Amino acid sequence: MGKVRPGVTIKGTKDGLLFILNDSCPFSRLLEELKQLLEYNHSSLWNGPDTKVLIKLGKRQITKPEEIALRQLFATKKNLLIQGFESEESSDLLHTSGVQMLAGTVRSGQILTHKGDLLLLGDVNPGGCVQSTGSIFVLGSLRGLAHAGSNGDETALIAASIFKPTQIRITDVISRPPDEWDESEVGMRFAYLINNQIAVDQVQSLSQLRPDMKWKENGRQRL
Amino acid sequence: MGESIVITSGKGGVGKSTTSANLGTALALTGKKVCLVDTDIGLRNLDVLMGLENRIIYDLVDVVEKTCRMEQALIKDKRCDHLYLLPAAQTKDKTSISSLQLRWLIAELKEKFDYVLIDCPAGIEMGFKNAVAGADQAIVVTTPENAAIRDADRVIGLLEKERIPSPKLVINRLRTQLTKEGGMMDVDEVVSVLAIDLLGVVPDDEQVILAGHTGEPIVWDSRCPAGKAYRNIARRIQGEMVPLLVFDKQQNMMSKMKKWLGFV
Repeated sequence: MGKVRPGVTIKGTKDGLLFILNDSCPFSRLLEELKQLLEYNHSSLWNGPDTKVLIKLGKRQITKPEEIALRQLFATKKNLLIQGFESEESSDLLHTSGVQMLAGTVRSGQILTHKGDLLLLGDVNPGGCVQSTGSIFVLGSLRGLAHAGSNGDETALIAASIFKPTQIRITDVISRPPDEWDESEVGMRFAYLINNQIAVDQVQSLSQLRPDMKWKENGRQRL
Repeated sequence: MGESIVITSGKGGVGKSTTSANLGTALALTGKKVCLVDTDIGLRNLDVLMGLENRIIYDLVDVVEKTCRMEQALIKDKRCDHLYLLPAAQTKDKTSISSLQLRWLIAELKEKFDYVLIDCPAGIEMGFKNAVAGADQAIVVTTPENAAIRDADRVIGLLEKERIPSPKLVINRLRTQLTKEGGMMDVDEVVSVLAIDLLGVVPDDEQVILAGHTGEPIVWDSRCPAGKAYRNIARRIQGEMVPLLVFDKQQNMMSKMKKWLGFV
């Protein structure tokens, strides 16, 4: 019987640790194996000083929920800091890690479709539509329709400098603002999905809602 | 070589033809040679607003089908020597000309005139596409109502697709009193939504309706604020810097007194 290739291989580099996840292995088995490794083995490695971790995914493309599952596993060990995920076909549009910037006005009757997170520098006018598989950020007025997470990404957000949409959609959930707008509420806001409903809140509360998005101070502490 | 400007709006009844007639007259009054082209085939009315209906012999379709020469179809204005009208056909429909034919026609007219103003039909179908085909520039007319602004926004998007550089905006039928009470969008709101350059604002005025009724464009009335607004727009088209008019209703005696006494 040949030797079965392990799902997870760990290598040490000068920058930290390299986790190589076998791309021919089902993702659920990978998670299981990783959990075993992190929880029961190598106790000296997992409790030492802060170590940077790079995760190589081979040819595998992971979705946002899968990425979160991985991050949660690593979060159990405080000293392991995830630097990033690497796929061999990183040029694939399905997994763009950064936010893409586009400029211009989306006018009535026009539809802007996008894959990944989108930063639009311009307005979306009533009757205009912005659709994206990821999150939508509008640096301008959102007065039309925005549809984030159109492929089912429930973590997608919609944010705008002037948040006055005619309708918002995240995944399959549709919501519209109340008929009477309180003018004080059209400022910088964002919409997110919670319990299969769309909620709208001030941008300032986003970091509490999504602790994984909160920026962390990584500069040297002043003594 | 002249300049061709299409006057369009998307929505009907916002004052495209009125704007065309008045801007044409105002430009002609400054000494420019102007031709108005009515492309609303089947529903022509620019000739009525100009009071030239009874002089029509040939029309636009006759010219593109070459049943007559261009000069035969052009109607000279009653009062203005430099102003001509090319009327639309009333018995045909929008499919009787192609955008290629109209492009040729406008190019021919540009040889003879300083300004060729194209009055566009309402809607965004064939008639709109034809009217836009020969235009170098565009003026989008809207009223400060949501429905008109939606359509204007759509039309601006389509004009950008037709590669007409930066359309200009005319806000028609503004009611100052209503905007103050919050019942109508004000100029700033409209401009911020549509995000294009403002060419002028025309106040709502009964005189305009009366002028249309008698077939004399309102610009002839030197005291009317709407006429003045159109004359200012014509000056801006020619590159002049003209400040926007302020259309406050005449203050009554009491408030004037208060102002003198320094209470306001």
